Amino acid sequence: MNDPKAPMILMRRIEKSFGPVRANRNASLEVCAGEIHALVGENGAGKSTLMRILAGLYKPDAGIVEVNGQNVAGWSTADAIAANVGMVHQHFMLVPTLTVTENVVLGREPKRGLAIDMARALLEVQELAQQFGLDIDARSCVRDLSVGVSQRVEILKTLFRGARILILDEPTAVLSPPEIQELWKVLRRLRDGGGTIILITHKLDEVMEVSDQITVMRHGETTSRMKTSETTPAEIARAMVGRDVVLESIAPTPPAGELGTAAPRAPLLEVQNLVVAGPNRSRAVDGVTFSIHPGEILGIAGVEGNGQTELIEALAGLRSVSSGTIILGSRDVTLTSVRERSAAGLAHIPEDRQRRGLVLDYSVGDNLILGDQHEFTRGAQLDRQRIASNANTKIQHFDVRPADSMLPVRALSGGNQQKVVIAREMSGGFSVLLASQPTRGVDVGAIEFIHAQLREARTQDKAVLLVSAELSEILALSDRVAVMYGGRIVSIVPRADASKEFLGPLMTGASAA
Amino acid sequence: MSSATEVASPESVSPVRAGRWRTRVEEAILPPLIALLIALVAGDILILSFGQSPGSVYRMLLEGTWGNAYGFGQVIFKATTLIFTGLAVSLGLRAGLFNIGAEGQLAAGGFAAALAGLLLPGATPTLIAVPLAVLAAALAGGAVGWVPGVLKARFGAHEVIVTIMLNFIVLALLNYVVAAHLHVSETLHTPEMRAGAVPRFSSFLEAFHGSAANITFLFALVLAGIVAWFLFRTRGGYDLRATGLQPDAAEYGGIRVGGVWIRTLALSGALAGLGGINYVLGYKHYYEEGFGAGAGFLGIAVALVGRNHPVGVVLAALFFATLSQGGLAIHALVPKQMVEVLQGLVILAVAAAVPEVRRVLRMRPGIAAA
Repeated sequence: MNDPKAPMILMRRIEKSFGPVRANRNASLEVCAGEIHALVGENGAGKSTLMRILAGLYKPDAGIVEVNGQNVAGWSTADAIAANVGMVHQHFMLVPTLTVTENVVLGREPKRGLAIDMARALLEVQELAQQFGLDIDARSCVRDLSVGVSQRVEILKTLFRGARILILDEPTAVLSPPEIQELWKVLRRLRDGGGTIILITHKLDEVMEVSDQITVMRHGETTSRMKTSETTPAEIARAMVGRDVVLESIAPTPPAGELGTAAPRAPLLEVQNLVVAGPNRSRAVDGVTFSIHPGEILGIAGVEGNGQTELIEALAGLRSVSSGTIILGSRDVTLTSVRERSAAGLAHIPEDRQRRGLVLDYSVGDNLILGDQHEFTRGAQLDRQRIASNANTKIQHFDVRPADSMLPVRALSGGNQQKVVIAREMSGGFSVLLASQPTRGVDVGAIEFIHAQLREARTQDKAVLLVSAELSEILALSDRVAVMYGGRIVSIVPRADASKEFLGPLMTGASAA
Repeated sequence: MSSATEVASPESVSPVRAGRWRTRVEEAILPPLIALLIALVAGDILILSFGQSPGSVYRMLLEGTWGNAYGFGQVIFKATTLIFTGLAVSLGLRAGLFNIGAEGQLAAGGFAAALAGLLLPGATPTLIAVPLAVLAAALAGGAVGWVPGVLKARFGAHEVIVTIMLNFIVLALLNYVVAAHLHVSETLHTPEMRAGAVPRFSSFLEAFHGSAANITFLFALVLAGIVAWFLFRTRGGYDLRATGLQPDAAEYGGIRVGGVWIRTLALSGALAGLGGINYVLGYKHYYEEGFGAGAGFLGIAVALVGRNHPVGVVLAALFFATLSQGGLAIHALVPKQMVEVLQGLVILAVAAAVPEVRRVLRMRPGIAAA
């Protein structure tokens, strides 16, 4: 329908600031009709901002936005939808108690008189799903669907509103490997059916696998544009970070043989038949047993929401245990408080640092004593001098930037916030470390650093429990890999036997072969 | 995110540090000032609608309060109770708790102080009687505050509901006790206490003659200092503020959040209870039904306008006391209820303006990074 040479979407010299934060500066993007275009960059590079401008959620401070040759800068979401541009958000916006059809037509129901014409709605939704090859039962209740299928419903919803230019914001974050493969199939079919797709991501393997064109952003700027078939992961990474990066996730090096030396020694953490209640399920952790030995990293793979959060919180003392025991060293700590466990040698990097791990309005120095605040007192008073010297040592050692202990943690970047957590948790005399999503939302440089810290802990004969949604991270660091599904550990295997092909089906509930 | 790293580069650290204090002060003081301005403009319109000139009404208001020793003394007297209740509410808010029960806690404290003064033999030296009466006030207020704390920590009962309801219970109970057992006939107050009175300012400064201002005001200032020290310099304050800012992070840091709730509401109740000594020990020397006259509720406004900082609380208490005393002074020109309307406007404006203004402040380049 368009001249294939002319870009369907053209964004140029886009500027967008939020207070002092310049989310986009001189950002640009060109997307042609009928391609899958990957928009990549580290967290905070300005990808989502740029796409929200395109979808009409934000107005740019300056710059040109053209869709099909029309200047549309500063348009509204309604305008965007009218021009067939739709965004599939990272978090699903579905009503769990309604059916797929009801969710899809919500707000645009076909009517017969005043009533909703459900028969026609069902027909329309089924037709649309068939047209784009989306395998969905339009009658089923959204509550009963897996995450992968829910995402398809979300895509179908956007299509139903007429969108043919689809923006997907980090769509794989909550999917298991087989579900990701399924998503790629859907996206390819959409493209082949005349759709145009912009995929926001920071995962290079996804970019290589599914995209046709790539735009890389760094610090709010567009740094390069390339054709997927003519580039390499290393080149993309360099454009993302601005320097060469060791891409361990692409070439994992399993530490062979180390387990053999570790096994005979007494475990530092033993968990037996642990049952923990979650917010919605009475058995969110459903009879879990494992142990971790000195000098060992046990990785827990699994799609998020399968009990990992409840397991970690129970081990840390933040959630009460229904039954089972937790033994730290030689001590049963099942019923002890957070502080007692910390005194017994437990360190914890929580999965949500902004909610759990840090008091955002406290200074870096005050955050570096959280959990140990009783040790930094002189009488009833806080010992400001020791807090400051403690902060300066840790800031230096863990290279927290800016190196200012008085700055509120809120003002730090995600990677530096995580460094504050790690500096606090990993410089004490711990023996067992719970590391939950330790690199979530941090930039590539900080990921390298954090991985090095975890390896260092193993070298020092600590026991590490690593929970990560990134399978590549689990594979890069773990000595043994456990798969968690539905609150149970369905399999524990040595790293050498763990491959994506082996773990993938287990993560979706297929029983171990 | 990305420009946070920019600010982070070593060269730019010192300007960040230099700007930080200014930013903090600006963020703390600007919103209430702007709210005040909005309220005053609305007040102007109101005054004009009475056919008076705002200038002369405000002049009269100031002359009747800060313009003479008696008016000033009355401002001080009214501010004293408000400092206590304002501190009580702000301490709770720092821990993420909304204590609406200051009114009942204030009454309980005043009653306990009066009772202590009644029970002590008349010959008790002041140095013993006053501390005992003060202690009684703090304990009574603290006990009333402790109840919602325990109910929240143990059973998850929301402190707003419980503190509101406790106001009714406490006030009704005190009324019953006074009416049934303790009142001087034909009145609604208890007999005068035998010991424990504290001197008024007028007893050593003749200019204050007739005003009820007493040395409780100095005690209130000292207490504001102690609360500031506790909040920002001690481990207890560290735990309390962490609990208020991010309860999940506090729990993660080994702080027993439920314990902080109980302690804070008890302390908050004790602070409000101490407010009772201003009236009882410093002015009337007896407990009287309804002596609080809404000072407990006005404490919420004082805490909000004072941005939950002890220094702000003292200033806000003086401001609200000025309005309330000024209402009497301007009665000739406009109805004194005008001042209540003005108070309401200030509270509304602060409630509306604070988050708004903060957001506007953050939008200004180069400020919020610090």
